[in-house]
Amino acid sequence: MSVTATPIERTAMAGPGWWLANVTTITGRNLHRLVRVPTLIAFATAQPILFVLLFTYAWGGAIHPPGVDTYIDYAIPGIWVLAIAFGASQTGVAIADDLATGMIDRFRALPMTRSAVLAGRTSADAIRNLFVLALMTGVATAIGFRFHAGPTAAVAAVGLALAVGLAFSWIFALLGLLVRDPESAGIGGLLAVIPLIFTSSTFVPVATFPGWLQAFAKINPITVTVDALRALCLGGSTATAVGQALAWIGGLLAVTVPAAVIRYRHTTTT
Amino acid sequence: MADAAIAVDGLVKRFGPVTALAGVDLRVPAGRVLGLLGPNGAGKTTMVRVLATLLRPDAGRASVLGHDITRQPGMVRRIIGLSGQYAALDAYLTGRENLRMIGRLSGLGRRAARQRADQLLDEFDLTTAAGRTARTYSGGMRRRLDVAASLVAQPPVLFLDEPTTGLDPRGRLGLWRLIADLTHRGTTVLLTTQYLEEADRLADTIVVLDQGRLIATGSAEQLKTQVGGDRLELRPAPGGDPRVLAAAMVGLGTGEPTIGPDERVVIPVADGPAILPEVAARLARGGLRVSDLALRRPSLDDVFLTLTGQPAKASPAETATVGSPR
Repeated sequence: MSVTATPIERTAMAGPGWWLANVTTITGRNLHRLVRVPTLIAFATAQPILFVLLFTYAWGGAIHPPGVDTYIDYAIPGIWVLAIAFGASQTGVAIADDLATGMIDRFRALPMTRSAVLAGRTSADAIRNLFVLALMTGVATAIGFRFHAGPTAAVAAVGLALAVGLAFSWIFALLGLLVRDPESAGIGGLLAVIPLIFTSSTFVPVATFPGWLQAFAKINPITVTVDALRALCLGGSTATAVGQALAWIGGLLAVTVPAAVIRYRHTTTT
Repeated sequence: MADAAIAVDGLVKRFGPVTALAGVDLRVPAGRVLGLLGPNGAGKTTMVRVLATLLRPDAGRASVLGHDITRQPGMVRRIIGLSGQYAALDAYLTGRENLRMIGRLSGLGRRAARQRADQLLDEFDLTTAAGRTARTYSGGMRRRLDVAASLVAQPPVLFLDEPTTGLDPRGRLGLWRLIADLTHRGTTVLLTTQYLEEADRLADTIVVLDQGRLIATGSAEQLKTQVGGDRLELRPAPGGDPRVLAAAMVGLGTGEPTIGPDERVVIPVADGPAILPEVAARLARGGLRVSDLALRRPSLDDVFLTLTGQPAKASPAETATVGSPR
């Protein structure tokens, strides 16, 4: 081992350009991992396809929500959210893992922008989610799903689903930083997601719930966002539903992004 | 002090009730190697982590090349390299991808990061493994990649926390040569180690930490002199009792005889050669037989024992598995 001394040129390391370069690098890191870590591949491919097939064929015969011809048209917006939420739980695992292995210490000792590790991770999640949405929609279309409100609403639906995904990713990133243990982060994340999903309008209309549960289901942010996605996919009035969904997403991001970044600044492997 | 690359004054760091650093002062001149030596929990890793801006000190000040670690942490991060106790790499990225990523995050352009990665892979003998994910690497390869990662931006100040842990003898020699090479070019190095031989070999100055306090500073030779005199070592013949041997030598030297882990009896003596006839006489008188008799300068093990009241870690194999990840 010897060291060759060629002076190295370095960029400015300040300003928005530096932040963007850091986020791009970390996004690239996570996309590389996505195709190499078996559990991440499964969360991004097999699981979403399974969700589409299972819920359509296993539940589709029993559930007939009012106002739709086929259950798949009703279920797909909810299944999108389910797959995105499950996938996002892996972000908590990954951040906790980075803490446990000392990777975050390495990053924190570099001149990189402090928020880039989290922003890069959640950006990679958004790219993965775009792929997952396309995959699920493709499979669903092959077995009968159709957008009923035109291409603009369909694109808006995908955009809203990505925004939901971003909120989930930041929530789980914060959870990973707080919990610190990769396994606990994974289990804790799913334990939080599963009740929220099943007490929402994801699979069945809220009107079929008992009264006390309806009260909660109506304010459940998952219900709000799934209803908005459903309006964009099936047609009908969208303004109120989408407005409420965006308010929820904006509110969640306004809390979780600064909380996670502040937490990141003060977190080290101990 | 402007000429010190690393300056530390009264540094204090507490973790709840535990005081990891209890007011430490240090100076490392540019281009020198400072070895932080101490038993587990002495505060070595905490010192490195505070200097690398990962932990905020509770009191005291420290600066790296004149940049205060708490007021200008961003500047400090531009001029330091850190290789921590764990090999901190992305296991699912290849060796090359890991180094390129660190390069990009250290402000290197795309091409510069690529070139630097290839250069380091070559220098650390990792070129053939460069395209494999780091999870397939052996412990030694991981350690080498980690040290390489700390050198990506050619930092003028380098922190190495137990850098040779997990390296085989050849890898350790290679790293020692590398550190010598770096300091030759002006890099300032602060390293922690539990290997006394390593501190002796690498460090210009050795600082002995114990329970967060600096208990001795100096070159290896100075520390040995501080402990004083020579060491007389006697090994009983097979079947002989080292305690009987030790008892026979009481009052011979400047201190009491101690019995080492391999049954050696060690006696500190002021003037070794002059005392040998008396040793022979006592052995004859007691009818004692020895298989080995040696006079030597004190080792850093003796320094440890004298200064901290406890022996240093017995063997590299043992210390390699004990980590205090603070």
